[in-house]
Amino acid sequence: MSLTEERTAVAPKRTAARRAVGVVLPLLLLGVWQLLAGSGIYSPAQLPPPGEVASAFGELAGRGELWHHIAISTQRVLIGFALGAVLGLALGGLVGLSRTANAALSPTVQAIRAVPSLAWVPLLLLWLGVGETPKIVLVAIGAFFPVYATVSAALTHVDSHLTEVGRAYGRSGLRLVATVLFPAATPAILSGLRLGLAQGWLFLVAAELIASSMGLGFLLIDSQNTGRTDVMLLAIVLLAALGKLTDTLLGFAETRLLTARR
Amino acid sequence: MREPAGLEFSGVGRAFTVAGRHRQVLAGIDLTVAPGEVIALLGPSGCGKSTLLRLAAGLDSPTAGAVSVDGRPVRGIEPRCAVVFQEPRLLPWRTLFRNVAYGLPRGVTGAPARQEVEHWLSVVGLDAFAQHRPRQLSGGMAQRAALARALARRPGVLLLDEPFAALDALTRLRMQDLLAEVQREAGTTVLLVTHDADEALHLADRIVLLGPSEDPAAGSSIRLVLPVPGARPRDRGDSTLAELRASLLSELGVNIHGRIQA
Repeated sequence: MSLTEERTAVAPKRTAARRAVGVVLPLLLLGVWQLLAGSGIYSPAQLPPPGEVASAFGELAGRGELWHHIAISTQRVLIGFALGAVLGLALGGLVGLSRTANAALSPTVQAIRAVPSLAWVPLLLLWLGVGETPKIVLVAIGAFFPVYATVSAALTHVDSHLTEVGRAYGRSGLRLVATVLFPAATPAILSGLRLGLAQGWLFLVAAELIASSMGLGFLLIDSQNTGRTDVMLLAIVLLAALGKLTDTLLGFAETRLLTARR
Repeated sequence: MREPAGLEFSGVGRAFTVAGRHRQVLAGIDLTVAPGEVIALLGPSGCGKSTLLRLAAGLDSPTAGAVSVDGRPVRGIEPRCAVVFQEPRLLPWRTLFRNVAYGLPRGVTGAPARQEVEHWLSVVGLDAFAQHRPRQLSGGMAQRAALARALARRPGVLLLDEPFAALDALTRLRMQDLLAEVQREAGTTVLLVTHDADEALHLADRIVLLGPSEDPAAGSSIRLVLPVPGARPRDRGDSTLAELRASLLSELGVNIHGRIQA
């Protein structure tokens, strides 16, 4: 016990130092960007310096437009992710727990999974119009597959020794799922949720690039049409930041959940 | 404590079909275990000892004959039996307290459940570790917790599948003494699978030697039933036991002078 206590006492300093190391590369990239922009290799229309992107941020934020784009994109991702994750948990659970369901469903699901995100867009527009629904559905499709795949695999690969203990101690059916299978698969399920969220952002941009009048994907395509490279870069930076932020939040919840049972 | 139960195997056989090939593991097993009796099932590895134990637990079912507990046939998981496996198989996400509580019979909840768990934890000497996680324990401690979990089920028959085989020599001796003590206190019937002749002689009322028949394709059957003289607890240095040990080992194909018989 004393050993672990010592370790936790030293830990905060070290983890803080390790996190600080993570900031080095972005700063370096920023420096390279600044140098390249100033070197004359690229015209300012091709690669505006970071300062211009920052002022574009100020301009759009000042007009209130930017918050609108961010809010609508985040909303689409969160709703779509929630839908996709719930479906992924349900169907992944079914396929992971029942061999019959696995045999019946998994080839089809694998085939649908192979469809590229953009291929869905025309169909969704045709069926669901140009409102919020097709975008949310596309994000849900994106979030669904990683969650489905990790949940079904995790449940299939639960240590058979533990399942046998559950059976030997009279647990079967739902009680076996609740006391052995689900807790054993929890770490994998949580990382599947994070993957699903990340893929939700990917599919969001696919949706917004094609048919929208709001959101970060729209900002991207609109900036291309108006020749505002600074806004284009701003949209990309914002997508990276938002994706990282939501993943960090989910990762935080994951750590909390897993340390509670350690 | 539930009353110790009798256990009966009549004409029990078990065959497996692996890759289209029929393999007889056990055949013609007839054995009656009296309530409160301690039986050691001894035999070379692969002779079907564990299979026989799994049949009693209801984790597996015989292809011939029948197993009954107190005269009632075993169908499916047997609620009057509790199993301790070779590995502790504790649920890693549960505290020791909740692992032991996992063994409680259905319907035991609230204060009686807590008392029961605390009682068995103190019997195996782990009351100070109730809130620890399995990974924080040594192998011997984890196996003690697994024993407490089995006892919490208040079994009529305690089924032990080489429970001490993976422990170091000293811990194994301690665990044997603990088991003898617990058995005395609880009075439960015990079926102990072991490949350790000394362990069998120290703990059992009768030793059942399981081994292959003349025809290796016919499966294992009971070669010898040996009543162990003297009341438990026995002195490990007893000279009559030393003679029995020599004859047991020679039955198992080990020459005590260190040569292996053909």
